[in-house]
Parts: sequence; C-alpha cells; structure tokens
Amino acid sequence: MAEKYIARSSAIAARQLGDEMMVMSTADSTFFTLNEVASTIWQAADGCTPLSEIVAGKICQQFDVDWARAQDDAERFVDELSRHGILLLSDQPLTESPVPVSR
Amino acid sequence: MSLLAEMNQKALSLGLPLSVHLDITYRCNERCVHCYLDHDDHGEMTTAEITDVLTQLADAGVFFLSLSGGEVLMRRDFFEILERARQLLFNVKVKTNGVMIREKEAARLRQLGVEQVQISVYSHRPEVHDAITKLPGSLKRTIRAIRFLKSQGLKVTIANVLMAGNFSDQPGVIALSRELGVAYTLDPTITPKMDGDTSILNLRIPGAELRQVFHNADLVGNVEEFCAPPPAPGEDVMEGFPCSAGHTACYISPYGDVFPCVQFPLPSGNLRQQKFLDIWRHSPQLREVRSIRARDLPTCSTCAHVGTCTRCPGLAYMEGNMRGPSTTDCEKSFQRTGMPSANMLRQTGAGSAGPLIQIQCLS
Repeated sequence: MAEKYIARSSAIAARQLGDEMMVMSTADSTFFTLNEVASTIWQAADGCTPLSEIVAGKICQQFDVDWARAQDDAERFVDELSRHGILLLSDQPLTESPVPVSR
Repeated sequence: MSLLAEMNQKALSLGLPLSVHLDITYRCNERCVHCYLDHDDHGEMTTAEITDVLTQLADAGVFFLSLSGGEVLMRRDFFEILERARQLLFNVKVKTNGVMIREKEAARLRQLGVEQVQISVYSHRPEVHDAITKLPGSLKRTIRAIRFLKSQGLKVTIANVLMAGNFSDQPGVIALSRELGVAYTLDPTITPKMDGDTSILNLRIPGAELRQVFHNADLVGNVEEFCAPPPAPGEDVMEGFPCSAGHTACYISPYGDVFPCVQFPLPSGNLRQQKFLDIWRHSPQLREVRSIRARDLPTCSTCAHVGTCTRCPGLAYMEGNMRGPSTTDCEKSFQRTGMPSANMLRQTGAGSAGPLIQIQCLS
C-alpha cells in the first residue's frame, strides 16, 4: 500500500478550543471540530512525515490504541478532510510549506 | 444546536474570547453622516504593536477576527497585518467601504484566505449613497470593488445601515445585492458619537418605518413567528446573559483600548499597558459585565420582552446605566410585536395603553 503524506492547507482557519480543534475552510466555510486524536494528526501534518509514522509514533503511543485500527481510522479521517480541501494529501512528500501550527 | 453554537457554548464555559473586533484605524476616506467615530489619528498602534496583539489573541484562543475601522485600507500596512492574522489562522472578516479595492487588492484578499468581506452600501442611487458618505463617486467605486471581489470568488456581504434619509431605497439595495450575487444585511441602529454627542440619533428611522422592516417577509422570513408576542420567560431566561459582549467577544480600538464590544464603550484596559489575557481575565469592568444576568436588570427583568428583546447592554450603558433599558431596543420590541416594553410603560407613568398610541402617532 502506498504511503500517504499530509499537510495542512493554507486555506483554513483553525484554533484549539479546550480538547477540540475548530477548523474552518475559508474556501467554502465548512466548519469542523476535531477531537483530541484527530487534532494530534492535524498538528503532525507537516507534509514530510508519513501518515503511518504519525499513527505509530503519536496516536498509538499517546492514546494506547491498536496500530491497524488507528491507521484505518486515520486514513478515513485524512480522506474526508482532503475532500474538503482542509488537508493536502499525496503519496509523495509535500514540498509546499505547511501553514504554521495552530494555537 | 449547530456546531458553531456548540463551540460558542464551550468557549463561554471555558471563559475564552472566541471573537474579537479589531479596528486598526479610525481614519477614513468617507465622512458618513451617521458615523460615530473621530477620524483623526490620536496615536494608532504601530504594525509591530498590532502584530504582537494578534499573537496574544491567537494564544488566548480567539478564532473569529473582524478587521475594521475607519477604513482598513487607509493603513499602508493593512495587508501586512492581514497576512500575519492569516498566518495565525484566524477566521478573518474584513469590513470596508471598498473604495480603495481594485483587482490587485481583491486578488490579495483572496490569496490570503479572507473568509468574508462586508461592504457598506446605503443606496442603489449615487445621489443618495454619495450624499451619506460625502464622497462623490463612492457608490460607483464601491460597486466596482464588489465586482472585483466577486470575480475572485470571495464571499461578500452588503451591509445596509437604514436611516430616515435612505429608508425608501432599501428595496433597491436588496435588488442591487441580488444583481451582484452577494448577501445582504440591514441594520437600523444608529449609535451616539464616541464623544457622547447624540445629534446623529436624529437620523434614525421613525418607529412606523421600523415596523415596516419587521413586518417585511423578504427581510425577516416568517413574519408571524418573528413578530409573535413574547412567551412568558422561564428561569433559564432570567439566568441568561444579554449577548456575547465581554463573555466570548470583545472590541479593541486602534489605540489598544479594550471594550466589551464596539457598541459598548466601557474602557476595560489598554494593550499598551497590559497583556490581553490579563485584561480579559481580570479587568473589573469585564467582570462586572459578565456578572449581570437578566434577573439583575431592574426594569427589563419585569418586561414581557425580556426573553426575546435584542437589548444591547452597550446602548443601555450609553444611556447611562448598563443594567438599564436600551430605549432603541424597547422601540424595536414594540414595533415588532405591538406590545409596549416595561420601560415604555414606566415612562408613560400610568401603564395604560392610551399614551402608547401617541408614541406611534408621533412617529
């Protein structure tokens, strides 16, 4: 299976609110809230770290979940956000500089 | 409850400022007859100061940022400020008159990911609009700007302040917004000038015309529902807050002064002397605003409209008491439902319906 690389789009607004993250697409005003796990993937979306590494290194360690299931959930999550233009998704490292990490 | 309403509720429970309205200048290229601002520059924050403020706001949890003025483009560093705001991932709304926006500026606004641009239009007729802005040719330039912004795919809203002098042109502005393919919003509220001068209140639309607005299905949707008599207030209403001012929102002036809202000129701190979070968390003024529940309002808590009134605590403050009624909103509640407010009844003395008929006739 091809590796996936993810980067945060610059066409978004985002802010941490308690244990959730608010994300809004500036292109179509779609509004999302990300839970703690999704926020962790979001924060790690630097364009050069493979998704599998993010899942293994951050999600499995921080949330004590099985890798296969976490990887499956993560892939569905990034697919959905990429459809809304919130995340950029590629099977190659993304050279475009991601936006700064949201606060 | 919508996702945004849930986030607002969460911000309220966490004590976070979700929205900030930041005026980056009071300078303006128009001189609107109803404007409450002093357009002279009395020492605006520098680019570096505003950049620092933006960083503080992001750290404090602010998500929605309105950049306004005065006219924002009167600042040569406007795009530098906007770029920094977007780097910090704010959801940015820009309020402007559009006069200085051409292809290049529209493209830059789009490139920087501005969520919405709100533009003031007072009439579809140049002779009326330009007489209000006191800038010849302003309507033509504003409409041209809207077309540039639309061509970039930006979301644009026409804001139509209603006054006695342009009330009859309101359908024309709606038609113009439809022709341009942009959203339309109206505001019949005129506020006193910052120095307390109330002379511009004479520009307000009279009550009978306000009633027309509230009974216009094109503007309010379901008129029967919108103008229905208020239901008896429950305990939740009496424990409720009037609005987000000071709770999840605040206003910052070009001089770094912090207020609960742009319409609530209660000085609560200055960002040249204190950090934003110190002011937000510890300002005695903001704490006082937050402490007020509907049950604490001497007159309004006895009013039938208490649960549905748009009572603005800032307008009440400008009338002399932040716990008092806002007569502008009393008038709105009355014109919307036909039922007098407790404040109107108190002012007539007798509490009978007779004098209220006079209020309507006088207008």
